[in-house]
Amino acid sequence: MTEVKDRAAAPPEPPNEPPALGLAGWLRWTWRQLTSMKTALVLLFLLALGAVPGSLIPQTGIDPIAVADFLEAHPELGPIYDKLGLFDVYKSAWFSAIYLLLFISLIGCVVPRLGVYLKALRARPPKPPRNLHRLAGYQTFTVDGPGDVLEVATRQLKKRRFRVQAYDGAVAAERGYLREAGNLLFHFSLILALIGVAWGSLFGYRGTVLVVVGNGFSNSLAQYDDFAPGRVFSEDSLPPFSLTVKEFEAKFQVDGPQRGAAREFNAQLTYQETPDAPEKSYDLRVNHPLKLDGSSVYLLGHGYAPKVTVRDGEGKVAFSGPAPFLPQDGNFSSFGVIKAPDARPAQLGFEGFFLPTAVIDQRGPVSVFPDDLDPKLVMTAYYGRPRPETGKPESVYQLDKTKLTQFEENGDKLRFMMAPGESRTLPDKMGSITFDGYSRWVKLQVSHTPGTDLALAGILLAILGLMGSLFVHPRRTWVRVRTEDGRTVVEVAGLDRGPERGLGDELQAITDKLRPVPSSKQEQP
Amino acid sequence: MSPETFAQVSNLLVPTATVVYALAMVSHALEWAMGRSAVVNAAEVKEEVLVASDGEPAASGSTGTTVDAVADDSTGRSERIAAASRIGLLLTWLAFVLHLGGVVTRGLAAERVPWGNMYEFTITSSLAVAAVYLVFVHRYRLQWLGLGVTLVVAAVLGLATLALYTPAGPLVPALHSYWLVIHVSAAAISGGAFTVGGLVSVLHLIKARAERRVLSGGTMSASLRRLPSAEAMDGTAYKVLAFAFPLWTFGVLVAGPIWAEYAWGRYWGWDPKEVWSLVTWVVYAAYLHARATAGWRGRRAAVIAIVGWFVFIFNFVGVNLLVSGLHSYAGV
Ligand code: HEM
Repeated sequence: MTEVKDRAAAPPEPPNEPPALGLAGWLRWTWRQLTSMKTALVLLFLLALGAVPGSLIPQTGIDPIAVADFLEAHPELGPIYDKLGLFDVYKSAWFSAIYLLLFISLIGCVVPRLGVYLKALRARPPKPPRNLHRLAGYQTFTVDGPGDVLEVATRQLKKRRFRVQAYDGAVAAERGYLREAGNLLFHFSLILALIGVAWGSLFGYRGTVLVVVGNGFSNSLAQYDDFAPGRVFSEDSLPPFSLTVKEFEAKFQVDGPQRGAAREFNAQLTYQETPDAPEKSYDLRVNHPLKLDGSSVYLLGHGYAPKVTVRDGEGKVAFSGPAPFLPQDGNFSSFGVIKAPDARPAQLGFEGFFLPTAVIDQRGPVSVFPDDLDPKLVMTAYYGRPRPETGKPESVYQLDKTKLTQFEENGDKLRFMMAPGESRTLPDKMGSITFDGYSRWVKLQVSHTPGTDLALAGILLAILGLMGSLFVHPRRTWVRVRTEDGRTVVEVAGLDRGPERGLGDELQAITDKLRPVPSSKQEQP
Repeated sequence: MSPETFAQVSNLLVPTATVVYALAMVSHALEWAMGRSAVVNAAEVKEEVLVASDGEPAASGSTGTTVDAVADDSTGRSERIAAASRIGLLLTWLAFVLHLGGVVTRGLAAERVPWGNMYEFTITSSLAVAAVYLVFVHRYRLQWLGLGVTLVVAAVLGLATLALYTPAGPLVPALHSYWLVIHVSAAAISGGAFTVGGLVSVLHLIKARAERRVLSGGTMSASLRRLPSAEAMDGTAYKVLAFAFPLWTFGVLVAGPIWAEYAWGRYWGWDPKEVWSLVTWVVYAAYLHARATAGWRGRRAAVIAIVGWFVFIFNFVGVNLLVSGLHSYAGV
């Protein structure tokens, strides 16, 4: 089909046979293959396919705990997956290779097209082909006398925003140049958007920190629980702000089928943009981050931190304060540990659940509502040989029980439940624990992603280009006349150069204007 | 009216709409059954197929249902067929109005946009399927798609009412954002168009096979003859998907990330839902490329459009139910 050939001609389709040339020939051949439309197609499919495993297999970047669980559950498969990069698909070498190749192919494809397009912009609509009747929508009819068919045609075509060129005995018209412009804009903007995204992932950072209500946070690396810098991030780019969480409020649905669903969270902060800036306040809510000098602070989550005091066998306070517990379910049954390594004669450790609305059912003590209607602390306790301070950082959410022994009472493992204000004495005069009360904590994320505006502008421009590319109909129309026996034979034909084939009603409308009476004399091919 | 009343009205309207869609489907099914009984002279069909595959201006004129083209000697029959088609379309309009009412009252009952959980997203996106069909039905002469569309919408609505129903209620905090409104409506409308495009592509494949059989001397059943030529359907699928693609790009690559930036502090996090939205996008980009590549129009392009449709459906249903992520809705 002429039209397909015609359009594919813009970037010449690469020959499929590798040439028998030297290195240069090979390189040129490889380059042509890489920048061909078919390769783009294959790479797009590979990208789609390659993205899938990351949504089905746990990812280190999203949920490291799930990855650890997976590795434990699949001791044989796990390491193979790991080798293949399946736990970090979007940073793996093979995934990067796909999108880099696509990126190169994209550039190699659209840059030459830009040149072709600029030339095409200046080109005049071409002469009518000899065999007009082979084209779609061909019509021919005769009018009496010499007539002014070509003038009418020119007027009509110009009115329809065709670019018109007069030839001897014919008029050629073309329009829809914006389609290719749109197509180029789309692909170039895509490059722009990708640069924006790459910029953000190279220079940005993201960190999270858990802050107990009443406490503060100042923006330095040491204070983060978790920090993910971009490849070229430098610590100097952390803005020197600090903040204090004054209060936290959570509202939950109290009745109906969605009882317990979260309704509103609000963390009231005070903050200073720099150490000597004036103090300001802000209500931090989901969807309402606090923006500070290019960085943004988000409220990601919340939980409870029971306040306890641990006294050791000698009556000294070995631990006192809030210990953040991590919610395990929608009703905030929260797991946590309390460590008192300095207790004497033996070090002490506690592990258990904080239940904001506790009930005891067949599963044991559980929470049945996320708000603090009837808070209880359910604990078990361990003791062990005093341990010298190693200075090694360890998780505050886990108790290393390898050198500890669980307390027992009447032959059973010790487990106890406390309401706020209650205390519990440990067996063998080893000490006691008091449940003083509890506060809440919030999980904050601080992040900075440069290049977002570029990415956004790129993708918006891309959509604009896309609309041009998809909705502009590039068309050629020809009108040719010749005189036969004192009458004028008129031929009209069109060529749709877009992908949807067909000329719609436009050609017919133009023809109707040229034909004096849309009569039965009309001859179809 | 109070939210409770709105909820009751909605609970009445949605099942009623389902029934009316089903009636529309019956009417279209009758239309097909009547068209089917006529057996067609092979030579005549071959003629038609040859003309169509000759690069005729297929999009103009010959796209429509050629009800009267059924080679049947009784004109009474073809009138009955045309009537069944019209009644089907009228019933679809009626069902659509009821459906729209059901979705709007659902929103009024919950005092927010009606797409906060899977039940709501299902009734809204099936509304989008019907809307896309009704908007394009005259412009692209899609009457022949009536059976497919009413079948899909009635089935989806029935499933929503029976299996996914959740009483109306407010939203979890992460969903409080007007970007949600933009993001989800763009996704739902383009999803409706993906569905229509997918249906057209399925019919394209069926028709194209029949045409090939005719070219090698076989016959084509009368009901298949009533479909537009495979080539015309190829063009229709392209137009519908070309409408959907920029909208999906906006919904998934602009509105979605902006909302995610507000809600979770990152605009893209490779959450399963995000991954599958991107996969959907890439598959449709491949579709558009395929159509621009000589030799990939028609059958291969149609297969890609169907794959894209499945990917979209999987993203919408499968990811919610099978994979856990930030996008899991309250309620289901
Ligand atoms: C990130 C990768 C890419 C995406 C998402 C993408 C997307 C698209 C889309 C949506 C269209 C449809 C617009 C239309 O029909 O006019 C299109 C057209 C086109 N693309 Fe791409 N593209 C990508 C990469 C490439 C590459 C690598 C090449 C070159 C090998 C390329 C060459 C073309 C050409 C030539 C057209 C115009 C086809 C025509 O004339 O109809 N694209 N692209």
